[in-house]
Amino acid sequence: MAVTGPSRAAAEPTIGFTFDGRVLRARPGDTLAAALLANGVGLIGRSFKLHRPRGVMTAGVEEPNALVTVGTGGRTEPNTRATDVFVYDGLVARSQNRWPSLRFDAGAILGLAAPVFAAGFYYKMFFGPPARWLWYERFIRRAAGLGPAPATADPEVYEHRAAFADVLIVGSGPAGLAAAMAAARSGERILLVEQDAVLGGTLLSDGGDRATIGSTRAAILAAGGRILMRTTASGLWDHGFVTCVQRLAEPGQAAGLSQRLWQVRAKRIVLATGAIERPLTFANNDLPGVMTARAVRTYARRWGVLAGQRVVIATNNDDAYRTADAVVAAGGEVMAILDSRDDPAILDSRDDPAILDSRDDPVIARGYGRFRVCRGAVPVSAFGAGGRLRSVDFRIGGTTETLAADCLAVSGGFTPVVHLHSHGGGKLDWREDIQAFVPGATLQNVTTVGSAAGEVDAVAPATASLRHPKSSFIDFQNDVTAADIDLAWAEGYRSVEHLKRYTTLGMGTDQGKTSNMAALARLAGAGATTIPLAGLTTFRPPFTPLTLAALAGPDAGGHAAPTRRLALADRHAALAAIWQPLGLWHRPRAYPRTGETLHDAALREARSVRTAAGIVDVSTLAKFMISGPDAAALLAIVCATGVKLAVGRGRYTFMLREDGMVLDDGTVWRLADDRYLLTSSTGGAERMTAHLSYAHRVLAADLQVSAVAVQEALAGIALAGPDAAAILERLTGAAAPAHMGVGSGVIAGVAVTILAASYSGERAFELYASGDAAGPVWDALLAAGATPYGIEALEFLRIAKGHIVVGGEADGRTTALDLGLARMLRKDGGFIGASALSRPALADADRLQLVGLTSPTMIPEGSMLVVVDGDPVAGHVTAAAPLVPGDGYIALALLRGGRARLGHHLTATSPTRGQSAQVVVTQPLFYDPEGIRYRD
Amino acid sequence: MLLIACPHCGPRAQVEFAYDRTLDAVVPLTAGPDAAMTALYTRANPRGWSDEVWHHRFGCRQWLVLRRHTVTHVIDTVRQWP
Repeated sequence: MAVTGPSRAAAEPTIGFTFDGRVLRARPGDTLAAALLANGVGLIGRSFKLHRPRGVMTAGVEEPNALVTVGTGGRTEPNTRATDVFVYDGLVARSQNRWPSLRFDAGAILGLAAPVFAAGFYYKMFFGPPARWLWYERFIRRAAGLGPAPATADPEVYEHRAAFADVLIVGSGPAGLAAAMAAARSGERILLVEQDAVLGGTLLSDGGDRATIGSTRAAILAAGGRILMRTTASGLWDHGFVTCVQRLAEPGQAAGLSQRLWQVRAKRIVLATGAIERPLTFANNDLPGVMTARAVRTYARRWGVLAGQRVVIATNNDDAYRTADAVVAAGGEVMAILDSRDDPAILDSRDDPAILDSRDDPVIARGYGRFRVCRGAVPVSAFGAGGRLRSVDFRIGGTTETLAADCLAVSGGFTPVVHLHSHGGGKLDWREDIQAFVPGATLQNVTTVGSAAGEVDAVAPATASLRHPKSSFIDFQNDVTAADIDLAWAEGYRSVEHLKRYTTLGMGTDQGKTSNMAALARLAGAGATTIPLAGLTTFRPPFTPLTLAALAGPDAGGHAAPTRRLALADRHAALAAIWQPLGLWHRPRAYPRTGETLHDAALREARSVRTAAGIVDVSTLAKFMISGPDAAALLAIVCATGVKLAVGRGRYTFMLREDGMVLDDGTVWRLADDRYLLTSSTGGAERMTAHLSYAHRVLAADLQVSAVAVQEALAGIALAGPDAAAILERLTGAAAPAHMGVGSGVIAGVAVTILAASYSGERAFELYASGDAAGPVWDALLAAGATPYGIEALEFLRIAKGHIVVGGEADGRTTALDLGLARMLRKDGGFIGASALSRPALADADRLQLVGLTSPTMIPEGSMLVVVDGDPVAGHVTAAAPLVPGDGYIALALLRGGRARLGHHLTATSPTRGQSAQVVVTQPLFYDPEGIRYRD
Repeated sequence: MLLIACPHCGPRAQVEFAYDRTLDAVVPLTAGPDAAMTALYTRANPRGWSDEVWHHRFGCRQWLVLRRHTVTHVIDTVRQWP
C-alpha cells in the first residue's frame, strides 16, 4: 500500500516498534493502525470464531477487527484496538487468535470453525449428549478467544481522582469546541475531556476552522477550566456523576503512572461524542482493505497514509464523497463511487460537465464532476487473495460488474454515539432519514450536540437482497453474519434482546458499535417489523473497554484492605505467633514452640488454661461505653436478656434482629450508676455500632444516653485458669473480683479495669487498659507464669463449654430457642425482635437446634449430619475440637429437632474432603457441667 | 452515584451513606406481632416516590429520611429523622 501522502513528509523523525517481531518505523502521533497501514501491513488479526483474516476497518475507538496485544510482561494489555493506541518508541504489538502464525492459521486453513459456530451454537450443543460437549470443548477453547491475559503483576501505578465542574464537555470536535467556547464566555468552570491525543475531532480529517481549537483551549483555561486529553468518559451515572479514564501512558508503555480514573461531578453535561460510521453488508465485507469511508479519509488527511492506491467508494449518503477528494489529494485513484441512491445510471461526468448541475450539494457536485459515479449501484461481493482486497463486484440495475481495487471505502450512514445519554437514563428517538436513534428526553441535566444529536447526512435505507448472507458480516468482532440473524429470526427470536444473546451479536469488546444498526435493519427486513419496534439493547458502561487496574486504582495488593493491628501486635510477634486474619484484624492463632505443629501448640495452650493459667488477647471485641440517665433503658431495648444490674456487676447477654434471629452476643457491665460497658463479637462490631445508633436515634430518640464505640481505645487481655485469681491478686495486691464482678487495679504501673467473665470455663478475668499502655500488663502476666494462648486454643475451650459464636452457631437463621438460650429471654418484651418471637414457625420442633456431638475420631468441621449415608441432610457441624482434657473429639452442631435426638448415632460426613466420623448426639456442654470451676 | 444533600454536611457522595430501609419498614418498639411482621415483610415497593431511612455513616452519623424517586433517582427532600 502506498504510504507517502501529502502530510507524510519522509524527512520527519521516526520511532521504532515491532509487530509480531517485525521491526517497523512509525512517526510520532501515529496510531498503531496508521503506522501498520503506512508499513503496508493489512492483515492484523484473525476473527474471533471463524479465524478469517481481518485488517483495520475504522480510525476510531469503534474498531471491531484490529485487536492486538500490546506490551510485555505485567504491562501486557490484550485486545487493544490498534486504532486507539499511539505508537511510542519500543512499542511491542502482537496479533491475536492465530496459531501457529497470523498468515498460516490452522483454524482458518482447516476450515473447521465455519460449520460449527452457527447462531445459537452453544444452546444447541447443551441439548446434545454430554459426551459431545466434552469432545467439542477442547477444540472450542483453543479456537475461540481473544488475547491472553498477562500472567504477572502490572508494575504501573493507577490513580483515582475526583473533579468538580459547572459543565463537563465530552468530545472536542466542532460541536464540543463550540459548546466549550460558549460556556467559557458565560464564565462557567469547564472540564473538557477528549479520548484522542489531540483536540479537534472531525476537524482533523474534514478541514474546517482549525483556529478554533487554539482559541477555545485558551478560553477554557482563562475561565479556570481544565482539559483532559486521552480521557474517555466511560460511564454516566446518577446526579451528574461521570467516570472518565485517562491514559497517562499508552498501553504497554513504562511510565510509572499509567492511568487515572476521574470521578467527575458536574452540574451540567454536554455530550459532543460524534457519530460512528456504519459499514455496508455484502459478501466478504470483512476482508482487509474494506474500511469505512471516513476512516480512509482520516488516515489520508491526518496521518498521510493512503489505505490503497485504487479505491472504490460505496455509499448510501453524501459524506463519502468527501473521501473521494481526500484519496485523490493523497495521490490515490478513485475507481468509482457506488451510490445506492437514485435510479441505476453510470455518470462519468468527466465526459459530461453538464452533470455538475444535477445536484445541489457542492460536495456531491464535485463528485459528479470528477469521478465515475454509479447511481443505484451496490457492492455485492469483495474478493481478495493473501489477506488483501483484489476486486469488487457490484450490481447496477440487472447486471453485475467488476472493479479492480485494493481498498473499498464503505459508508452505510452514521450512528450517533448516544451511549452516555442512555447511561444516564435518557430516552432515544428514531430518525428515519438517518436510519438511526438520536437522544430524546433526558432525566438529568444532559444535552447532546452536533452529530451525536443526529446532525449527520441522510441515508437511503438498504433494500437490496444479499446474494451471500453466510459471508456477509454484520458483527465483525463476533463473526455474526446476516445468515445468523436470518436463522435466529426463523427459529422464532423476535426480541432484539433475545437475538443478541442467541447470536452473540454486539457482545464483543466493541459492544456492537459498528454493527447494531445493521443487525436491526436486517431483523426489520426479515420480518414484518420496523427498527423502532425491534428496539435496541441497553447501553451500559463502560463506553470502551477499560483495564481492571484502572478500576482498582491504588487499592491493589497490600492496599486492597487495611490491616487492623493489635495494640500488642509486637508482643505476639516476639512470641512467634501464627497470625489469623479475622475481618481486617490479624489475631494470634497459636504460639508454636520449636518443633510444634499448630495443633500441638493449641493443645498445649488449652491444657495450660485447664491446669494452670493462660492469657489471650481479646482486644478486638466490640466495646461500647453506654452513659447517661437512660443508659439502662437503651440497653433494655437492644438486649434480649435482663439487664438489671447492681453497680459493679455484669452478665451475659445477647441481641436479636427485628425478625427474632440472634444478632450478636456479649456481656454487659454496670460500671457506675449511669454508665455501662457493653461488649459484643469482633466480627459484628461495625454492625453493632449502627444497630445501637439506630435503636437510639430512630426507635427511642427521646432517651438521654450516649453510646460510644471504644473498641480500639481499650486493649484487652483475658487471664484464665485455676491459677488466674492468684496471679491477679499477686500483681494487683488486691482481692480478685467475684465471678461477674467488676474490679480495678494497677498492674506494672498501668491502670486496668477487671471484668470477671469466663469464656473458657475456668475462673477468668478480662483486663482492659488503654491501648497505648497495655504492653507492660501483658509482660507482667507472662512473667507471672501465664501461658499465652491463641484463638485456636480459645476455640477448643469454648466448644467444650458450648458457648456460641456469631457467624458459627448464631448464623442469622437461629433463634434464642434454637440455641438453648430461651430461658434468658426477658418475659416482659420491649426489646428489638420481641414481637417477632410469637411466630408459630419459630416454635417448630423440627427446626435446627444446637446440640453437641462426641466421637472417638476427629469430627470434620462444616460436615453434614446424616442418619445413614444417602439420607437427607439432618444438620451440620458448626465447630469441632479435641476434648481438653480427655480423650476423643467433640463438636457443636445444628441438627433438625436436635434436642429430641440426644443419644442418637449419626454420621458426620464431608464428601468433598473424603472425611467422615460416627458421632453421638449430646447436650452442647462437655466440661464442668455444674459450672463449679469458674465460680470463685 | 447519588449526590445526597445532608442537612448537616451539605451535598455528599452516596459512598458516605448507608441505606437502611424504607420508612414503612421501621418497626416501632410498641408494635404488636402482626404490625411488626407487616412492616418487615409486606412493603409497598413503590415504582415512583419512596421515603427511605439512610444513615450518614461516614459523615455526621445522623439518621436521615430521603424522598427518592425509584425510577429517576431524583431526590426530592432530605431531612433529619424523624
